[in-house]
Amino acid sequence: MLRYTLKRLISLILSLAVASVVIFAVIEIAPGDPASFMLGVNAQPDTLAALRAELGLDASKAQRYFAWVGGMLTGDFGISYTYRTPVSQMIADRLWVSLPLALYALTLSTLIAFPAGIYAAARRGKPGDLTVMGATQLGIAVPNFWFAMMLVLVFAINLRWFNAGGFAGWDKGIWTGLHSLTLPAIALALPQAAILARVMRSSLLDILGEDFMRTARAKGLSRRQALWRHGVRNALIPVLTIIGLQFSFLLAGSIIIEQVFYLPGLGRLVFQAISARDLIVVESVVMLLVFAVITVNFLVDLAYAAVDPRLRSRA
Amino acid sequence: MSRNLILGAALSLLVLLAALVSFVWTPYDHATLNIPAKLQPPNVQHWFGTDHFGRDMFSMIMVGARTSIAVALVAVGIGVGFGVPLGLTAAARKGSWLDELIMRGNDLVFAFPSLVIAILITAVFGAGAINAIIAIGIFNIPVFARITRGAALSLWEREFILAARVSGKGAARISAEHILPNVANLLIVQGTIQFSLGILAEAGLSYVGLGAQPPTPSWGRMLADAQTMVSFAPHLALIPGLAIIVTVLGLNLLGDGLRDWLDPRIRVARV
Repeated sequence: MLRYTLKRLISLILSLAVASVVIFAVIEIAPGDPASFMLGVNAQPDTLAALRAELGLDASKAQRYFAWVGGMLTGDFGISYTYRTPVSQMIADRLWVSLPLALYALTLSTLIAFPAGIYAAARRGKPGDLTVMGATQLGIAVPNFWFAMMLVLVFAINLRWFNAGGFAGWDKGIWTGLHSLTLPAIALALPQAAILARVMRSSLLDILGEDFMRTARAKGLSRRQALWRHGVRNALIPVLTIIGLQFSFLLAGSIIIEQVFYLPGLGRLVFQAISARDLIVVESVVMLLVFAVITVNFLVDLAYAAVDPRLRSRA
Repeated sequence: MSRNLILGAALSLLVLLAALVSFVWTPYDHATLNIPAKLQPPNVQHWFGTDHFGRDMFSMIMVGARTSIAVALVAVGIGVGFGVPLGLTAAARKGSWLDELIMRGNDLVFAFPSLVIAILITAVFGAGAINAIIAIGIFNIPVFARITRGAALSLWEREFILAARVSGKGAARISAEHILPNVANLLIVQGTIQFSLGILAEAGLSYVGLGAQPPTPSWGRMLADAQTMVSFAPHLALIPGLAIIVTVLGLNLLGDGLRDWLDPRIRVARV
């Protein structure tokens, strides 16, 4: 297990290194000089040069890359070109919206998908199964931002149970905060729940065909007992992997959903930064998201290997 | 043929037909403004109603289908065009440094949250259909490379490949003449799925303003325009959304149906 962990750790670091080079390179190619963008077209050459020096734009590409990566490793993400505040502070503020939103959606998705998948597998081929499978087909086809708009139409505009957008903040109490994240979380969770329910169902169906399931029935367990005691537990392993992968979809998906609900999260930060050509913010937020996704996948792999020793040799 | 296959093919054909017909005929010109007729709900003259500029929604949906299909199709083309040769090469040189390099590169692209990178690409190189295609297409490459390699590896163990090798054919020729035709079914099924994902991705990028730019109609941007008007003109949001759902659902059902139909093992099991 130690060997496997080390191997995966090296590949994690390599992935992150390559990712950082790619992101830095893409931003480098971006047309337009941030300094002249900030000062406008009428800026004097010497003011421009001074600002470029202040922002560190006059250093060589390699120097700037290592300064950026080195800074991030110590928690210093640089200073925003437009707001003149530390990027790390801006990200930390926004994370308090985006992270709870992604976790909220993940919880909802799991709570919907598990019962639906288990129900469908237990009634394979029967009307209940067909209904669940039909619903999941539909769920996968629905764009989450459109579903979000429909939720707003029904629950915010017509029923007035929720606000159509905005975030109340956590300082007014955890329930107020959760309340304003509920519609966005549902919109994010639905397509993911549909995928997860299908994985749960097929994973459980694979297990139900195993010999040990027959043995469990033969030794006198009822269908239901065998299903819960031996089936669901074994079926969970592939499902957990998918949950790990979904985290990345949820984080990325929250970027678009935040636009629908005007939530002050990382997604809105990225779009504001893009329109202001505040590239250091774009660069750092994208790197952070990539870091989160790669790290979560790494942790899922480790957890998977810890549960199933066969996987360690395959790596 | 299964019900999935028929329903999926019918829905997909319907959308494809709408896109093709839009080249020669739409009920109204999709770009002509007609302010007096603005925000009409669906009626006899305007089957899908009109938008805030009085443009005919039915015509816009038809032309929008063109954008969605074009973006998703080219993105799948990029995935197949680069991914399949990479997968074939990796399989032919199994275990070599080349195989290792290709597969690790794949893992890397796979690990990236695709939407985030699509946003990065379109942000840096400018919003537009071409950049959206590239952004979506890049993430199709590892999908096709992986699936091609996986299927090709087991084929390389088969006797008819051994026969081809004995007859003196090189790895490249075997890959093209024997491996590729045998993985084609799998690629068609995966292509259908990636096509539907491409439609969703294009809609998402257009919705946030990073996809096709005006005046090119796009379903995603129609939804973005509808957002502030959803309370008094819900049809503006409902109709493009339903167009996306019908297309994606059709393609997914088609993909599932094709997989069952093309895979003889499943067919036998059904009987």
